[in-house]
Amino acid sequence: MSADIAHRLQGEREKERTAARSARVRAVLAMGPATVVAGIVWALVQPWRLTLLHPHGQGLWWLLAEPPLYVALVGVLFRLFIAPGLVEDLEDAGR
Amino acid sequence: MIVAGIEPQAEMVHWWFATGVLILGLLFFAETIVGKEVWARRPWRRYLWPGLLFLLGVLMWPVMALYTNSMIHMVAHGSWAQVLMISGAAELGVARGKLHSQYWRLTVAAAMIISGTAFLVHEQNGWYFARAAFLHHALGWTLLVASVFPLAQAFRPRSTVAASGFAATFIVIAVLLYCDRDSAAILGHFSTFAGVPHR
Repeated sequence: MSADIAHRLQGEREKERTAARSARVRAVLAMGPATVVAGIVWALVQPWRLTLLHPHGQGLWWLLAEPPLYVALVGVLFRLFIAPGLVEDLEDAGR
Repeated sequence: MIVAGIEPQAEMVHWWFATGVLILGLLFFAETIVGKEVWARRPWRRYLWPGLLFLLGVLMWPVMALYTNSMIHMVAHGSWAQVLMISGAAELGVARGKLHSQYWRLTVAAAMIISGTAFLVHEQNGWYFARAAFLHHALGWTLLVASVFPLAQAFRPRSTVAASGFAATFIVIAVLLYCDRDSAAILGHFSTFAGVPHR
């Protein structure tokens, strides 16, 4: 195999690796917002699951039990606390 | 038995556990996407999901003690608590480096089989009795069928299909738990013996 072909193949492999890495970075960064969107869509489809929208006469537990908000909160926490470190480590691993 | 409105409703407890299970699902998906090497780059991250699994097992004990309205409920909740703690502890041992064998993942498969069986055994009503009954059946069968994923991971730890299936299972379980209501119809069916239906 000539040196030119070997260099070209190596370059193509490097591009593929970079593309796969950036796809993974995008996937990790999208997970949190996708979860938040799922929570918001659920709240819009079933607003009665959010007792905060009609709080009168609700007990403490019912005011704390807001499942669509839990889903959105999980997405926010993932985006803020898990995703940034993972992306940083993914990029470090690629260097 | 709910004591004079002091304790939260059973459906709320299911939603709280659903939130824990949803977090687990996201963590499993993230680990699958980035790979085990990148995931393990920060030591605290290695302990994250085994620790949460163990914590869910610990939190299942108060559920067993406070929401026991029959012997079979107590046995079911107690067995979940034990298998969640055993599998969490085994995975914590693997994360710490104290345990080395890949076959420790079999504890998770065993936990899913036992949990699935407990779901099916302790639900004494048929699928269309009410939504809670339907979900118990659905959760039980989901866990039993999905136990194939950790089983596959024990023998092929790098299988992306097994890891993705395992992560997806937790998302499905979270969705099913979030759907739970103490008394609600399922696909237009609701037994006259199931109380007053909610939305």
